[in-house]
Amino acid sequence: MANVPENLHYSKDHEWVRVEGDTAVIGITDHAQDQLGDVVYVELPKSGEEFAAHESFGSVESVKAVSEIFTPVSGSVSEVNGSLNDEPEKVNKDPYGEGWMIKIKMSSPGEVDSLLTPAEYEDFTKAETE
Amino acid sequence: MTAPALELKKTSLNETHRKLGGRMVEFGGWDMPVQYPAGTMTEHLRTRTNAGLFDVSHMGEIDVRGPDSIPFVNRLVSNDASKLVDGQAQYSALTTPEGTVIDDLLVYRFAEDYLLLVVNAATTEKDWDWIISHHGDENVELRNASADYCQIAVQGPDAISILQKLTAVPLSEIRYYHFRYASVDGVSATVSRTGYTGEDGFEVYAAADKAEQLWNKILDAGNLGSDDGILPCGLAARNTLRLEAGMCLYGHEIDETTTLLEANLGWICKLNKGDFIGRELLQRQKDDGIKRKLVGFDVTDRGIARDGQDVLIGGAPVGHVTSGSPAPFLKQNIGMAYVPVEFANAGQAIEIDVRGRLVAAQIVPLPFYKRAKQ
Repeated sequence: MANVPENLHYSKDHEWVRVEGDTAVIGITDHAQDQLGDVVYVELPKSGEEFAAHESFGSVESVKAVSEIFTPVSGSVSEVNGSLNDEPEKVNKDPYGEGWMIKIKMSSPGEVDSLLTPAEYEDFTKAETE
Repeated sequence: MTAPALELKKTSLNETHRKLGGRMVEFGGWDMPVQYPAGTMTEHLRTRTNAGLFDVSHMGEIDVRGPDSIPFVNRLVSNDASKLVDGQAQYSALTTPEGTVIDDLLVYRFAEDYLLLVVNAATTEKDWDWIISHHGDENVELRNASADYCQIAVQGPDAISILQKLTAVPLSEIRYYHFRYASVDGVSATVSRTGYTGEDGFEVYAAADKAEQLWNKILDAGNLGSDDGILPCGLAARNTLRLEAGMCLYGHEIDETTTLLEANLGWICKLNKGDFIGRELLQRQKDDGIKRKLVGFDVTDRGIARDGQDVLIGGAPVGHVTSGSPAPFLKQNIGMAYVPVEFANAGQAIEIDVRGRLVAAQIVPLPFYKRAKQ
């Protein structure tokens, strides 16, 4: 069973959000990394770039496939996990910790309320894989 | 509508793959494992350092029997089947009148009046139709025997010692691209020193209902579960292994629009053996020179080149990527592409259009990987 930590918000595109003040830390879920397989490459934006909620901010590649990643919240990128350039496997090994991808300074912090709770995300992934 | 898997063909190892945690995908009309829980990277690396096990039962087998077997086949394929001795196989191609490729295949000579053609899974029906449509009054009997066979490949430096535990036949005496009958764990099999990984190893053909027994016994003999034991490998690892070894995949490097000469397959194109379909045009192309050529490249920027992406030189699109992927053993992102022949030289700088971003690459000699001589 994929890990779904309690303290996070989730999107239907399999990203997670950890709220730290007005900053959203974003990555992909354990379910997503498991579906992808070995992550070999991560394409991330630069600090300062702005995104609207649900916009693609980059891509994550496995040996066989390319998947876009979407930000669940709007705002501007304040920090990018550059270590994923040399160690993309962190996304597989620690998707909620060292595999974090970007930090966004949220322009509308209320957006997190429309994201999925851990229980809702668990139900959602169960339904998807049936 | 759901459950498309019900319409896909399954090898006799389908349940076995699922029990091993295989992630199943559709390939050429078949329900096949793309990877197992170890993951593609580990499966690939383990095959190069120890051994990998591949279910290739989805491939097709066509029996050709009768006194005219060799001349009949030789008229349809590019390599010279008349040069084979009993127990020898050769890589070959079924060609169109334009000298392009209907399929690549192995031709096995069991006897002067018995050849076995082993063809790709996705093209088995097409190849069968092509072959029988060219059967005139030659004294041969043709049979699509694909459903009768399972085929399991054991590949890697440990392949020979692993398989040796299951047979009394001295495997080291089977030369490369040769084969013999062997009893493997009591199962009648044809053991062929061939493969699609660039490693030493064997492809084992047996009756389809013996697949599970052979598969499980080989995993056991190969110490599945140990850090340097055999691993079952899915289609993703099969692809990265053959690409690293510079081998063609039908539908990518070769198809009905590419000639053998463009694809660097002149070595299986025996223009002087006598007439075969496409010989005239291939001879003409050889005399005039090819206009484009298949090359290998290393990606030198950050990024991964993928199938179908444009290749640019001097800012202009000049060709396309036929296969692009990470190379797990070489720790490099690589690919093959067709480029105009004047640029087909090692060292040539090229760019790949990776979803709108131009990524630098450099043409390198093929193959990317060659195993060490033992």
